Amino acid sequence: MRKHVLYVISILMIASMILAACAPAPAETAAPTEAAAPTDAPKATEAPKATEAPVATEAPVATEEPMAECTDAIGCVTLAAGDPVHIAYLMVVSGANETLGIDSRNGVEIAIEDAGGEILGHPIKFDGEDGGCGAEGGQSAGTKLAADPTIIGVVGTSCSSEARVAVPLLSQAGFVIVSASNTAPDLTEAGNVNNHPGYLRTAHNDVVQGAVAAEYAYNELGVTRAATIHDGSLYADKLQQVFAENFVALGGTITAQEAVDPAQTDMSAVLASIAAVPPELIYLPIFMPAGALIIRQTKQTPGLEETALMGADGLFSPDLVEGAGDDVEGFKVSSPLTTGEAYDAFVAKYNAKFGTEAPISIFHAHAYDAFNIIKAAIEATAVEGADGSLVIGRQALRDALYATANFPGLTGNLTCTPTGDCADPNIAVYEYHAGEYPPTVIWPTE
Amino acid sequence: MRRNWRQRITITDLVVWGIGIAIGAVVVIGTIATLRSGKYAPSTWLDLAIKGLALGGVYALIAMGYTLVYGVLRMINFAHSEVFMSGPFTAVFFANYLARTGFLDQQPALSMLMILLLSMAVSMSIALLLERVAYRPLRTAPRLVPLITAIGASFFLQYTFRGLYGSGFQAYPIPEVLKGSIQIGAIRVFYTQIAAILGAVAMMIILYSIVQRTKMGKAMRTISEDKEVAAMMGIDVDRTIAFTFALGGLSAGAAGILYSLLFPVVNFYMGFIPGLKAFTAAVLGGIGNVAGAFLGAIIIGLLESVGPNLFLDGLGIPTPSQLKDGIAFTILVFILIFRPTGLLGERVAQAKA
Repeated sequence: MRKHVLYVISILMIASMILAACAPAPAETAAPTEAAAPTDAPKATEAPKATEAPVATEAPVATEEPMAECTDAIGCVTLAAGDPVHIAYLMVVSGANETLGIDSRNGVEIAIEDAGGEILGHPIKFDGEDGGCGAEGGQSAGTKLAADPTIIGVVGTSCSSEARVAVPLLSQAGFVIVSASNTAPDLTEAGNVNNHPGYLRTAHNDVVQGAVAAEYAYNELGVTRAATIHDGSLYADKLQQVFAENFVALGGTITAQEAVDPAQTDMSAVLASIAAVPPELIYLPIFMPAGALIIRQTKQTPGLEETALMGADGLFSPDLVEGAGDDVEGFKVSSPLTTGEAYDAFVAKYNAKFGTEAPISIFHAHAYDAFNIIKAAIEATAVEGADGSLVIGRQALRDALYATANFPGLTGNLTCTPTGDCADPNIAVYEYHAGEYPPTVIWPTE
Repeated sequence: MRRNWRQRITITDLVVWGIGIAIGAVVVIGTIATLRSGKYAPSTWLDLAIKGLALGGVYALIAMGYTLVYGVLRMINFAHSEVFMSGPFTAVFFANYLARTGFLDQQPALSMLMILLLSMAVSMSIALLLERVAYRPLRTAPRLVPLITAIGASFFLQYTFRGLYGSGFQAYPIPEVLKGSIQIGAIRVFYTQIAAILGAVAMMIILYSIVQRTKMGKAMRTISEDKEVAAMMGIDVDRTIAFTFALGGLSAGAAGILYSLLFPVVNFYMGFIPGLKAFTAAVLGGIGNVAGAFLGAIIIGLLESVGPNLFLDGLGIPTPSQLKDGIAFTILVFILIFRPTGLLGERVAQAKA
């Protein structure tokens, strides 16, 4: 018995030694200095451009050589000649919503390729963490990234629920964070506890998307009675609220505002409750798989067989066509529409690089732009030393990002507001047909 | 005598009873309020009840796996939800192939049977493999060890299947003959629901007769009484335990196909919630008891389907259906507090004694 215990302990010892040897060195050295940061981060309620957040974010390399001096309020990143510029991602790259994050990551990879793989003569290092499209994943991924002082900027997060917990950690660490697909309004609302300095986004704000959806439903479809379903996520809840407010303002009636659990499979209770006062349209800005299950079960609920269904960009996914089968026919989603020659060239590159027929989700162009505004801001603020070194002031970088104006991106001309909304939103309504992806644009008509 | 009774009551008992009475009051008041508001037509309740019955039948088949294994090994096989997932998640590719070639609609009975058999075969193999690799070497270990192994095996299987088939969602094709519904009076019943209920009842009868009437079933029941004595009587314990797992796997595989008829979207994570519900059902009925598992599953299925609208809607609770899972787990907690042996548990214990 004792022999066995010894045996197991020694195996564990060897395994831990191997693990320790393989761990990336910067993470280890960073751990002690950064340990305190995550705990006070969630309380951070500063104004968006506050110049505090005094977290130790010193250079990863010793600074013996004569280099430009750092006078930045929240620290600098100093790169010796040849050191990589480290940009990380925090996206959902596994699980049910992985296409959303992988698609955005693909967009960034193409942007890096287009940049020739370097910024100001320094190679770009691009890696990151999976946020799992939820608060838990966002917390652990955010903690990991915040502990790495070599990171300059983060492209992410994929989902607003991740952003709520990860952004305070990353903001506290002094990074700039640019999301390609967070659309929840509170993230860039001045004075909101979820709005943090250094956070910007190239995705549209749902204040815009919800309004477009309501306008389409009332004016174009001509429905006057609608019900909404959300799944308790930050994104879905806010979006259905914005939709309901706009729909009522236009003169419509909201018959029910229901919610389901994201992992729920039997939707009969919620659908029966909606069918008690039958609406003409059900707006369900949720995710997979609940979206597909609701679409299928609505067709089987007495009184709702002919009700129109509409979702939002969370259900713009090949998985929906797969999951909802024939019942997807006629399902509508609101989603950004990106057009233009530059975009077509981008899509061609994307398909060639990743072997796809069409991009697998919708925020690839936003991610491409997100990376490029970070890159432009680095180029505008970094101080180059004579020896090829580079000093990037973290606050200066943030200021430069917020000052982005008329930046020609794939998704339009980007101008950032003081709270971090950079998008030039162009929302369209798409319609699904059974077995076909992507869905076709049906509105605006020209 | 009376003083004795008083002494035995503690503060904890009072609090627990208080909570129990409060929940009972919520249920009664909510039900009355909902029914008086007249928001739902009577046919809606019947529709929901039929759905609940169909769902309960599926839970019953999954619960069989928990309850049979508990009966012989006195352990909870938490990886059973993955045994349940493996069958339909594998068979969906075969089913889609049949749908593409048109065979599914030409020979619906034959192809459904083939899909069912494939799913049952896969689930059975996974269950046998699980028993051989993860549980048999630990049979003499303390009880906590196989429990933790089961959780580990559950994750292992989930992510193995994710690696094999991807993390996306697959839609189950439904043959033309099963689409549509019939109207019986005010109730509308879907053919898929009829198929699920009939399938579940047939499977239950088969399982029940195997356990009660065959020699192997007798061996299983003997082992559940006393493993050592059974071995001394010349019963091959290893083989009988493997047979129990196989039986649980078969019923889980069948349950998977019936579940996919009701909710035709499968992915690697589909087993988790139904597994928990079925486990609740097994505990509710009295774990280790075949008839109890069936009863418990039907109750859970019905309450879950009718409950949110009936109990909670009338109280003005917004979005009651989000609390659907809460109903099942509240039942679990209260069963564990007030009647740990389950609904039919005690009768069996007495019969054994």
